[in-house]
Amino acid sequence: MQRWILGKKNQITLAGAILIVIGFISSLGFKNEIVAVWALVIASVIGAAPIAIQAYQALRVKVVSIDVLVTMAVVGAFLIKNYEESAIVTFLFLFGSFLEQRTLNKTRSAIKELTEMAPESALKQMENGEFEEVEVDEVDVGDILLVKTGAKIPVDGTVLSGEGSINEASITGESLPVSKEEGSNVFAGTILDNGTIQIVANRVGEDTTFGKIIELVEEAQDSKSEAERFIDGFSKYYTPAVLLLGIIVWAFSRNLELAITILVLGCPGALVIGVPVSNVAGIGNGARHGVLLKGSEVIKDFSRLDTMVFDKTGTLTVGNPSVAEKEYYGDNIDEALGYLASVERESDHPLAKAVLTEIGETQFSPVENTEVIKGGGVTANVNGHRIAVGNVALMENEGVHISKQARNDIDRFEKGGNSLVLTAVDGELKILMGVRDQIRAGVKEDLKRLKRLGVKNLIMLSGDNQGTVDVVSRELGLTEAHGNMLPEDKSAFVKKLIEKGQIVAFVGDGVNDSPSLALANIGIAMGSGTDVAIETSDVVLMNSDFSRLPHGLGLTKAIARNMKQNIVIAIGVVLFLLASVFFSEWMNMSIGMLVHEGSILVVILNGMRLLRYRLR
Amino acid sequence: MKKATIQLDTLACPSCVQKIENAVKSMDGVEKDSVKVLFNASKVKFDFDEERLSVEDTEKAITALGYDVKKSQVRAK
Repeated sequence: MQRWILGKKNQITLAGAILIVIGFISSLGFKNEIVAVWALVIASVIGAAPIAIQAYQALRVKVVSIDVLVTMAVVGAFLIKNYEESAIVTFLFLFGSFLEQRTLNKTRSAIKELTEMAPESALKQMENGEFEEVEVDEVDVGDILLVKTGAKIPVDGTVLSGEGSINEASITGESLPVSKEEGSNVFAGTILDNGTIQIVANRVGEDTTFGKIIELVEEAQDSKSEAERFIDGFSKYYTPAVLLLGIIVWAFSRNLELAITILVLGCPGALVIGVPVSNVAGIGNGARHGVLLKGSEVIKDFSRLDTMVFDKTGTLTVGNPSVAEKEYYGDNIDEALGYLASVERESDHPLAKAVLTEIGETQFSPVENTEVIKGGGVTANVNGHRIAVGNVALMENEGVHISKQARNDIDRFEKGGNSLVLTAVDGELKILMGVRDQIRAGVKEDLKRLKRLGVKNLIMLSGDNQGTVDVVSRELGLTEAHGNMLPEDKSAFVKKLIEKGQIVAFVGDGVNDSPSLALANIGIAMGSGTDVAIETSDVVLMNSDFSRLPHGLGLTKAIARNMKQNIVIAIGVVLFLLASVFFSEWMNMSIGMLVHEGSILVVILNGMRLLRYRLR
Repeated sequence: MKKATIQLDTLACPSCVQKIENAVKSMDGVEKDSVKVLFNASKVKFDFDEERLSVEDTEKAITALGYDVKKSQVRAK
């Protein structure tokens, strides 16, 4: 019976509205007071039923909820035979909660879109070898699954056979399909664009990368900031306090009408819901734009940020050094390139890889008598020629003559932040290459945007030499840049900034920088969906997309503003209502309930604006 | 110890959270500190001792409060 009544809340609300209209028409239009009173009495009784049931359930688990206040107010109105008020208050309360539910669903829509991308079913290989469709919860680690074109990958796994291309946008944000073959890893929630594959399940359910992202976002929305915990603690005592106040007023003034009006006006509504609403809408917006914010404490710190510390390699720069500039001297360059490639092919030096990529297809020859000179380079014999590959010091050691023109080129390359690779054949300089790590596209503009949003210091820390670091820093317009730093130097640096009282964010790739990520007020991981990045940081930029950083910062500022607005609205409304009940003539229960429900809708609608937030 | 996740119908009022939390915490066999009611995700998460309590009992208690249970999941902890 209780459940039936609660299930019919919407119909009850509608019936209440109709009865109230009938009551007023018969009273004002036909002067038929008997019909009017009965209509309002029935509206009150059916309207109060679900509220009273909720109040009873709350009291059973020792909670004085808002339902308790409203129920008592309605009973009180009944006792003084004010059926008009009791009918209108119950109707407004029910209609208000209906609207709240509808609008709340909207604020949660962004997260819902995310969870709805979760796979629901899978084709699992049964004992007889046939594939059968099962619910995704029934898949265990080690099961073999079949995925057909257009279907979602149900779990994290490895491709056993077949090939296809997969859209991994749900994990990485990158919508270009990635091709997969035997041995490739596939992720739950991604979509097989074409092909058919069989996979073995490695991780299922909440353990999958997608599952973790969802869990993270869900818990983030409900994580509470200090301010919210304060409001929660406050409202736990607030509602009983309002009840007490009502009783005291009644005991002293014997004015039941005033007492029940206080019960209605004191209902905490906007105050309790205002902050969570901003939170959920804001975090939802972030999730949609590839910025995962882990909770409201993060939002608070992020929005008040004054210093951002960046790791260089892989964050501000692409992370793969490549040949940026080159000069050739004399003839037989093709031959020289072939020798260079042959020597570099045997090296595992990072610069060698860049040189090989640059040369591409060439004639390789056998290499003899290779000698690695520490801090210099390599010498070797190829086809009877003596080849030296390395820096200027090595060339001088080998007695290679460096012409004036080459000298100029070397200076120019060094100023440009390049590491140099010189190649000499039989003591004659042939090739000069400048290798450097390219700055990520668009980073410069993004850093400018961050500055405009109020970040005072942009600092870069890197393990590279100071020269290279300075060049990148100048190009990007950073405030400070420090080279030759080991991971522990970086975290010590971050610690020092925090001790100086700054609010510091560290932006890194999440693996070798985890100490700094953990230490900073805000750890921002450039994650392409890796577990470490998701777990150690406070903010994750999906698909390592740097350009989402300004959006993230602007968004948290907007969320923080929005929360403050909601708190001001909520407190303002309560103060206004309480003041007017004591100092004005027109305030009564119905108007109080109307204003109260109105303020709840206002804070929800205000929170919803965050769903559409975009950085201008 | 097992870990349960119960998906509820959309929760609309923050005071529902308090009700559900108190109700679940008061059940015998539930690890009190583990009870988490996620308002926005409309989920209840808690650890419990499967010898003293079944998820169905918890579901019944929540349903009795007037909140519909959509589905529940129990995993080893």
